[in-house]
Amino acid sequence: MLSVKNLAVSYNGVPALHDVSFEVEQRQLVALIGSNGAGKSTTLRAISGLLRPDHGEIAFEGQRIDARPAFAIAARGIAHVPEGRGLFSRRSVMENLYLGGYTQTDRAQVNASLEEVFTMFPRLKERRNQRAGTLSGGEQQMLAIGRALMSRPRLLMLDEPSLGLAPLVVDDIFRILKEINTRGTTVLLVEQNVREALDIADRGYVLQTGATVLSGPSAQILQSDLVRKAYLGL
Amino acid sequence: METLMQAVVSGALMGLVYALISVGLTLIFGLMEVVNFAHGQFLMLAMFASYGMSVLLGLDPLVSLPIVAVLLGILGLITNRLIILQVIRGPMVAQIFATFGLGIFLANGAQFLWSPDFRVVQNPWLGQLAGGLVRLPGGVYLGVPQLGAAVLAGVAFAALYLFITRTKTGLALQAVAEDKEAAALMGINSQRMYDVGWFLGLACVGVAGAALANFYYIAPQVGNTFAIIAYVVVALGGFGSVSGALLGGILVGLVEILSPVVLGISPDLKYAVVYSVYLLIVFIRPQGLLGRY
Ligand SMILES: Nc1ncnc2c1ncn2[C@@H]1O[C@H](COP(=O)(O)OP(=O)(O)OP(=O)(O)O)[C@@H](O)[C@H]1O
Ligand SMILES: [Mg+2]
Repeated sequence: MLSVKNLAVSYNGVPALHDVSFEVEQRQLVALIGSNGAGKSTTLRAISGLLRPDHGEIAFEGQRIDARPAFAIAARGIAHVPEGRGLFSRRSVMENLYLGGYTQTDRAQVNASLEEVFTMFPRLKERRNQRAGTLSGGEQQMLAIGRALMSRPRLLMLDEPSLGLAPLVVDDIFRILKEINTRGTTVLLVEQNVREALDIADRGYVLQTGATVLSGPSAQILQSDLVRKAYLGL
Repeated sequence: METLMQAVVSGALMGLVYALISVGLTLIFGLMEVVNFAHGQFLMLAMFASYGMSVLLGLDPLVSLPIVAVLLGILGLITNRLIILQVIRGPMVAQIFATFGLGIFLANGAQFLWSPDFRVVQNPWLGQLAGGLVRLPGGVYLGVPQLGAAVLAGVAFAALYLFITRTKTGLALQAVAEDKEAAALMGINSQRMYDVGWFLGLACVGVAGAALANFYYIAPQVGNTFAIIAYVVVALGGFGSVSGALLGGILVGLVEILSPVVLGISPDLKYAVVYSVYLLIVFIRPQGLLGRY
């Protein structure tokens, strides 16, 4: 469904990615792991069109998307929950959710999505008129995920959704991501919480200094020497 | 006491017109972080458009108002596409020179084409209505054209506010103003929102210009005073804040008209008082009353 081949991206001439390749099959949950500065966020930002690649190919559902503007890629069915969540903090929870459904033209469908999001995150319903900036960290992450779901994405990409959250909340988030995936949405998850991410993932890719260095079924990745030493400290 | 009431009411009414002029400036800034230094000259063009249609086509300013609004909106769109989008990625000074230069070009062009003379629209309907003067309870007299202009400004401002807060496009506009990247991830095309912002912002200037044409003199340099007032209003209310423009507009309208009455100074000095109040407020609250910057 998503295929990234030999992706290279730089910031003002300074390379951040030089050779990133991976595949995400339909209905899979794929984890992309790597330490700080490995290039995980850069990869997601290139896929969603926020960055232009120098080389390489990104194809979604068989079509090249690497030269398309971000708003057009979003409209094609890729939702990206960015690092730091990217909420509209001055707008209310409701307004954020409606903005998530911006590409949807069918009003009934938007309302149906809204109901689904509220069922998944009852807390958001309670706080629907509150400004997003006043929510707790966990609630903000729920809103960011709920907002992404409002566009009924076929591919949901999340950049470190567990960052800065209490362990119990992290468990909640991972459980919900698994559930979203089980219901049919393909998920690409960037995480530093290696074990939890690989526990719910079908496949994993390890990114190091701008290149994918390891790939395989997540159980296999968890057993690998590289991951055990470098990421799990075993 | 009656003169004070009189001053308060007229000041607040004129303040609504200032608010409408300024809201375009604040809207565009909020969206693109571009200060339109040609704002006053666009107002001048709106007044001339209204005047021209009354002289050439016999259309009353009230009739030509929607036409002027749309014309100015289109002019905003063209300005955005031809000038602003070319310089927006450049340094701040490039943007300043671009719009500042445009303003000078428009004012001098108007002077060249239409001479520096002052004109007025002859016998506008609002001027003839009820003898052109209404008496409010409390012995306050108001010119019908001034009252009409304030009502028009108030209605246009309210319409803009409802559009921004209650429609999908309005919400998208606010999203782009807050975070362009996040807005793009929602599928919002920010370039399109810039078009919408310039169209709406200058349509407001169009309405204000047509409303002012009912009673204000019209000349190539008329934009200067209003431009300076608009910058003060926006800085006072807070750059990028729509409700700040309303608050700032009314405040400036009041200070401007009350200072000669209350302080007993010459009306020539009223702007000195306006700027003093502005400096005072900005000194205490640099981001403006309702601003975030
Ligand atoms: N805006 C930027 N300008 C310049 N360099 C950047 C920018 N963003 C990231 N980089 C560089 O690109 C490389 C990859 O960064 P990236 O943010 O993709 O890493 P990451 O894997 O997401 O790390 P983290 O886990 O810390 O979020 C790093 O060397 C980083 O310093
Ligand atoms: Mg990152």
